[in-house]
Amino acid sequence: MLSYIDKIKEISSRLLKDGTVDMIIGFRRGTMPMMNEPHFAKTAEDVDQLVWDSNCGLNLANYLTNRTEKIGIIAKGCDSRNIVTHIIENKIKREQLTVIGVPCKGMIDKRKINAMFDGEITQVTENGGTIVVTGEGFKKKLEKDAVLQQNCRLCIHRNPVIYDELVAEQVEEQQDIDRYEDIRKIEALSPKEKESYFDELFSACIRCYACRNACPLCYCPTCFVDESRPQWVGKSQDLSDVKTFHFLRAYHCAGRCTDCGSCERVCPVGINMRILTRKLEKDSFELFGWEAGLSLDVRPPLDTYKPDDPDDFIK
Amino acid sequence: MEPGRLQYSWISSAESTKFVDVVKQVTAAIKELGPNQTFLKTKAKVA
Repeated sequence: MLSYIDKIKEISSRLLKDGTVDMIIGFRRGTMPMMNEPHFAKTAEDVDQLVWDSNCGLNLANYLTNRTEKIGIIAKGCDSRNIVTHIIENKIKREQLTVIGVPCKGMIDKRKINAMFDGEITQVTENGGTIVVTGEGFKKKLEKDAVLQQNCRLCIHRNPVIYDELVAEQVEEQQDIDRYEDIRKIEALSPKEKESYFDELFSACIRCYACRNACPLCYCPTCFVDESRPQWVGKSQDLSDVKTFHFLRAYHCAGRCTDCGSCERVCPVGINMRILTRKLEKDSFELFGWEAGLSLDVRPPLDTYKPDDPDDFIK
Repeated sequence: MEPGRLQYSWISSAESTKFVDVVKQVTAAIKELGPNQTFLKTKAKVA
């Protein structure tokens, strides 16, 4: 995927120069290894800072909400699906956007890699399918496929859904992926076991709301957790409050989440809250045959009524 | 949450008897389940 960057820079400079867009939203190198950060490029010098590698896991659609400029945005498969969701939800207009599509082969899991080494990692480079991790007194080659983020390993939409320019040939989509093996295991637990599972899962949560802030779906002007009149959710670290936050946030993402993995990626304590969003993604698919962000022309199941909507839960 | 603690019904304003039946049924079912034990806040520990 490293080879993409020349093409990305070429397209970006062209779009900025001919005035098609006012800025390009992409990534630049972060201050720490494996931590690329969002970059808003408005000049030729800015474009030079753009990077593309396996550490571009954040979802750039997050930065489109209510923007009024003409924007060029670099989009992986998941970003493009969230761009579609943004357009459907009137958070941005299609005409404002020039989508620079990037066929994606997955992003690497910085948490997994960090856990493999005792000392601090000072540099991570990649070449094709190989990742080279360098740090204090160690240097090791890793297979990229072995250190992918879980959502990338399970991804079935690697190619952008909408794009105006594509930086490379489309990649082959992964076939025969069982996306919900872990979810089915949790579904099979008894209510009591589920309770202790979720207590354990969220016990480390510090309520920093990084997951919400990184999520392209979480654009409410006032989030329900910040609302104080009325105050819907307690502010404490009590697990009942913590779980209320996570459960409700997940429900707000039902039928919209594309499993881009930004929430889990930015979590400072490594909570896999995607367990919740993926359960709802699974339900959306099983009940409504719906996968979020695949088309601009179909309304999401939760904002339309169909006579054959499932209603077995109503007595 | 245990199955049965949350229930949905569709009752028209003309279906008073159905309303009564459903209320009776739901309260009986909930009484059987007993007080909710999940999502309870523990009292803050103070010195």
